[in-house]
Amino acid sequence: MGVFTASPAHAAECAPDATTGCVQGVIKTSAGEPAAGIKLTLKGAGETQTAETDAEGRWVFSVTEAGKYTVSVDEASLPKGQFFKSADSREIEAQLNNQASALFPLTDNEAEASGGDAAAAGNGGSGSSSSADSFSWPRFWQQFVSGLRMGLLISLASLGLSLIFGTTGLSNFAHGEMVTLGGLLAAVFMGITGNLWLAGLLAVVVSAAFGWAQDKILWKPLRKRRLSLMQLMIVSIGLSITMQYLFQFFWGSGVIRIDKSTPATWTVFGVTLTVQSYIAMGVSLLAIIAVGLGLMYTRFGRATRAISDNPALARASGIDVDRVINIVWIIGAGLAGLAGVFLGLVFNGLNWFTGGQLLLMFFAAVTLGGLGTAFGAFIGSMLIGMMVELTNIWLPGDLKYATALVLLILVLLVRPQGIFGRKERIG
Amino acid sequence: MSDAAIQGKARIEGYPYDREALRAELRTLEQVPGVAKRDPILTVDRIERRFGGMTAVNVAHLEVPRGAITALIGPNGAGKTTFFNLITGFDQPSNAQKLIGGGDAKWSFNGKDLRRTGASQAARAGMVRTFQLTKALSRMTVLENMLIGANNQPGENIFVGLIPPLWKARERENIERAKDLLTRFKLDAKINDMAGDLSGGQKKLLEMARALMSNPAMIMLDEPMAGVNPALTQSLLDHIQALRDDGTTVLFVEHDMHMVRHISDWVVVMAQGEVIAEGLPEEVMTSQAVVDAYLGAHHDKDLGDDDAINTGFMRAIATEIADELEEETR
Amino acid sequence: MNFWFELLQSILQIAISPTTAAFVLAAIGLNVHFGFTGLMNMGQAGFMLVGAYGFGVSVSYFGLGFWTSILIAIGAAVIFAIILGIPTLKLRGDYLAIVTIAAAEVLRMVVKLAVLQDVTGGPSGIPGNKYRPVFTELSPLPDGKTTILGLTYANTGVDDWWTRIVAWGIVALFILITWLLIRSPWGRVLKGIREDEDAVRSLGKSSYAYKLQALILGGIMGAFGGIVMALPAAMQPDSMGRPMTFNLWMIVLLGGAATIFGPLLGSILFFVVRLLLTSLAGEFIPSSLLNTQQTEQLAWVLIGLALILLVVFRPQGVLGNKKELSFNV
Repeated sequence: MGVFTASPAHAAECAPDATTGCVQGVIKTSAGEPAAGIKLTLKGAGETQTAETDAEGRWVFSVTEAGKYTVSVDEASLPKGQFFKSADSREIEAQLNNQASALFPLTDNEAEASGGDAAAAGNGGSGSSSSADSFSWPRFWQQFVSGLRMGLLISLASLGLSLIFGTTGLSNFAHGEMVTLGGLLAAVFMGITGNLWLAGLLAVVVSAAFGWAQDKILWKPLRKRRLSLMQLMIVSIGLSITMQYLFQFFWGSGVIRIDKSTPATWTVFGVTLTVQSYIAMGVSLLAIIAVGLGLMYTRFGRATRAISDNPALARASGIDVDRVINIVWIIGAGLAGLAGVFLGLVFNGLNWFTGGQLLLMFFAAVTLGGLGTAFGAFIGSMLIGMMVELTNIWLPGDLKYATALVLLILVLLVRPQGIFGRKERIG
Repeated sequence: MSDAAIQGKARIEGYPYDREALRAELRTLEQVPGVAKRDPILTVDRIERRFGGMTAVNVAHLEVPRGAITALIGPNGAGKTTFFNLITGFDQPSNAQKLIGGGDAKWSFNGKDLRRTGASQAARAGMVRTFQLTKALSRMTVLENMLIGANNQPGENIFVGLIPPLWKARERENIERAKDLLTRFKLDAKINDMAGDLSGGQKKLLEMARALMSNPAMIMLDEPMAGVNPALTQSLLDHIQALRDDGTTVLFVEHDMHMVRHISDWVVVMAQGEVIAEGLPEEVMTSQAVVDAYLGAHHDKDLGDDDAINTGFMRAIATEIADELEEETR
Repeated sequence: MNFWFELLQSILQIAISPTTAAFVLAAIGLNVHFGFTGLMNMGQAGFMLVGAYGFGVSVSYFGLGFWTSILIAIGAAVIFAIILGIPTLKLRGDYLAIVTIAAAEVLRMVVKLAVLQDVTGGPSGIPGNKYRPVFTELSPLPDGKTTILGLTYANTGVDDWWTRIVAWGIVALFILITWLLIRSPWGRVLKGIREDEDAVRSLGKSSYAYKLQALILGGIMGAFGGIVMALPAAMQPDSMGRPMTFNLWMIVLLGGAATIFGPLLGSILFFVVRLLLTSLAGEFIPSSLLNTQQTEQLAWVLIGLALILLVVFRPQGVLGNKKELSFNV
C-alpha cells in the first residue's frame, strides 16, 4: 500500500539489525534499464551521506539512528534524456532493524516531467508515514483540503452504514469490504473497458447489485429467523473475514491500481491535489446531497425514518419494511462501492485491506455524528476526515488513525449518543 | 398464616403491627394531596420527569406511611410506573441534583437520602420493587431465582465465591428460607423447574417471593394482579396483607378497584403526573375529582368522541404496544 | 502411510504447543466476558498485547524481575479493563464491541510506533531473548532433552518442556477458577445479569460492578494468554490484532460459549482442523492449482464461512446447551 515498496532483502552493503536501519532503492530509466552512476544524498539526524547507484541501479544508505531523513537525487547526474517523473527528493522515516525505500521514477518525456517538487500530497499512500513537519500555513491548507476529501469519501461509506444501522439495527462489520470491493471492481472494469468513468460506473452498479443480493440471500432470511443483533453482528464479522480472504485469493496481497497512468495534478490556492481528487470530491458531494434530499423529501426517506424509530409501528401503518430495507442495502452498498472507487484513485492503489482498515473510521464517524441520523453521519465523517489529515501536521503518520479512534472513545465516554443522536436510543 | 409469616422477619422497633390502630390514626388525617404522615417510610419532594415537551411526573410532596398498605391508582399514562422508576433509581428525574446546575428533587427512604443512588443501591436500602412485565429470570430455575433475591450471601463477592467452604453454610440457610417462601406462595412443587416454564400468574408470585428473600422494609408491587388467574387473586390479597402484618410496608400500583378498596389502608391518586388526591379508600374513590380524572372531564360523553381520545390516551396505547412487542421479541 | 504418521505427529505437536495454550487462555478470558457475562468484547487481542508488553517491556527495558513483571502485566490488564469498562458498561452491547475494537487498535498502533522503538521494539516487536531468560532460569527441570510420545524438546530452553508445563498448568488453573466461580453465588448473579439486568438490580446487586469484575477477570486471563504466546518466540504488535480477536471468537463459539471446557475444545479443534486442511491440501492438491499462500487464504475463507454457519445454526457450539444460551442485546 502506498508509495513505498519493499526492496530485495539482499542489499549489497546494509543488513538491518537492532542498531542499523537501511534506506535503499533502485533507479531504472524510462526504458526499464538500470541507471548506474546516479548520485544521491541522504540528509538527516545531523548527518549527510552520499551514494551512487551501482550497475544494477541500486543505491543504499545505512543509518544508525531512527528518524526522518531526506533522500535527494542530483539532477545533474541523471542520464541524458531522462527527467524526474515526479519528485527529485523524498522524505522518509527510517527505523532500526528495518528497511525504508524511496522511488524516483524517470521519464524521457520532458513534458511529463514534474517540476521536481517534493512528492505531491495527492499521491499520499494510506500506509505512508509522511511524517510530521513543523506547522506552516501552506501545509495546513494542504492538509485541510485533504481532510475535506477524506471526510467526503468517508461520508459515502458512513451514510450507508448509518442507514443500515438505523433500519435494521445491524452494526455491519463487513462494510469496509464493500468499499474495497468497489475499488477492486473498478480496477477490473478499467482493465476491460479502458475508460475510467465507465469503469467507475460499472463498479458502483455491481456493488449496488451485491448489496441487493446480500440482503436477499443473507440478511433477510436471518431477520426472519429472528436472530439477535449480536448474532447478526458476528455474521457480519464472518462475512468480513470471508470477503477479505477471497479478495486476497483472487487479487493477491499486493497493491492494485485502478488507473495505471500517473494522475495529473492541479494546484488551486496553493493546494495541490490530483484532478481525480477534485472530481472525487465533487461527485461525492453531489451523491451525498442527493441521498440527503432523498431522505428528507421522498416517501422512501420518510419510510426509513419511520422504520428507524419504530419498526413495528411502521409495518402496522402499511410500510413494506422488507422492501425499504432492501433498497437501503442497495443504496448503502452502491455508496460504499463509490467510496472504494475514489479511494483507489486517490490513494493511487488499493489492496484487500484498504476498506477494512477504514472500517473503524466509519464507525467512529457514525458514532460521533449520532447513531441513526444520516446528517450526523455526514458531519461525523467530515470531522473524522479532518482529524485524520490534520493530525499529520503535528503527530507521526502512524498515529493518524489512532487519533480518530481516541476521539471515538472519548465521545462514547462523554456523550454516547453523539452530536445529533437522541439519548433514548442508547441504553 | 401468621406463624409461617412471622418466621421470616424479626420484630421491628416502632413498626405499627396493630393494623386497627394504624387505620384509626390514618382516619384522623386531612385528606389532601401531600398530607404529612406521623411516621413516613418514604418522603418525596419536588420530583419531576419530562420527556421532550411532555411532563410525565410532577409530584410536589408525598409521604408514604410506614406499616400501611398504600395503593397508587390513576388512569393509564398518569405516571405511576414512571414515578416508581424514579424513586427506585431506575430512572433519573429531570430536576435531579447534579454536581453543576441540576434541580432540587429530593426523596428519602427510611431516613436515608436517595437522591444520588442507583437502582441496586435503592434495593439494598430496603426498597424492593417488582415490574409491570414480570422479570422472572426465565433460563434459571425457580430456586436460582429465589437465591438471587437473597442479600446476605457472601459468596456473591468474587473472592469469597472462589472458596466454597466460606459460603456453603449461608447457601443452605437461604435454600431453606426459599423453600419456606415458595411453600407460602404454593410454588414449592416447581422449585427445580425453569422459571420460564411457569404460567403468567405463577411468575408474578415468584417475583413477589423473590423480592421477599431480602426482608425488604418496603415492597413496591407494580400491578401485582395483572395477568393473574382470578382464582389466585384472593390468595394474593391474603399474601399482601400478611406481608404488612409481618413488618413490610407495601406500596402498590393497581387498576382493579375492588382489590384496592378491599385491602388498602391509604390511597394516592395520580393523574397527568400529579397527585390529585390522597385519603382513605372509601372516600377517595368516590370523590368527584378522582372520577373526573379517570374519565376525563367528559365523563358523561360517549367515549367515541374525539375529544376524549387525547394525547395521554394515545401515548398509553403506544406504550402498551411497545411493551407487548418487547416482550415478544425477547 | 508416512504422510498420515507425520500428520498424527503434527497434530500431537500442536495439541501441546504453548501457542495453543496461549489461545486457550485468551479464549477462556473471552468466554468469561461473552459466554458468562454477555459482554461483546471485540478487543481481547488488546488484553493479550497489554499482558505481553507489560511483561516484556518490564523485563527488557526496565530490567525488572520475573514476578514483578508479571504483576505489572496483570496491573496493566486491570487498568485497561477499567478504562474500557467505565464508559461502556452502561450502554448497549454493540457499543462495547466498537469501543473494544477501537481501543485494541489504538493500543496496537501505539506499541508499533517508531518513536517508542527503544521501549517497545516498534513494528518488529521485542525478540524473545530479551525477556525469556527471567522465565527459563526459574525452571527446576534437569538439563537435557526428553522424549514423550515421540516428541522431543529440550527440558529447558527456547521451545521447551518447561514452557509447556507452565503454560498448560496455567490453563488448568484458569479452568479451575472458572469452574469454581460459575458454580458460586457470584456466578449466579452473572447469569442473572445475562438474563435480565434490571431484575438483578432491583434485587440489590449492582450489575455494573459485576460486569466490570468479569471484564477485569477475563482481561487478566487474556493478558496471561499474551505472555504465554510471547514466551517461546517473540512479541510483535501485528500478531495481536484484529485477526487474533476474530480467531478467539471463532474458538469460543465453536467450543461452546458459557461452558467450562468450550475454549479448550474449541482451540484444539480450531488448530487441528486447520492443520488437517492445509496438510491434506498440501499433500493431495498439486501446487500448480493451489500454492501454500493460496491454501492459507482459502483456510481463512473457510473460517469466515464457518463462523457464519456456526452462529446461525449452532450458536451454542459443540458443548453448549441451547436452552441456556442467551444472546441478548
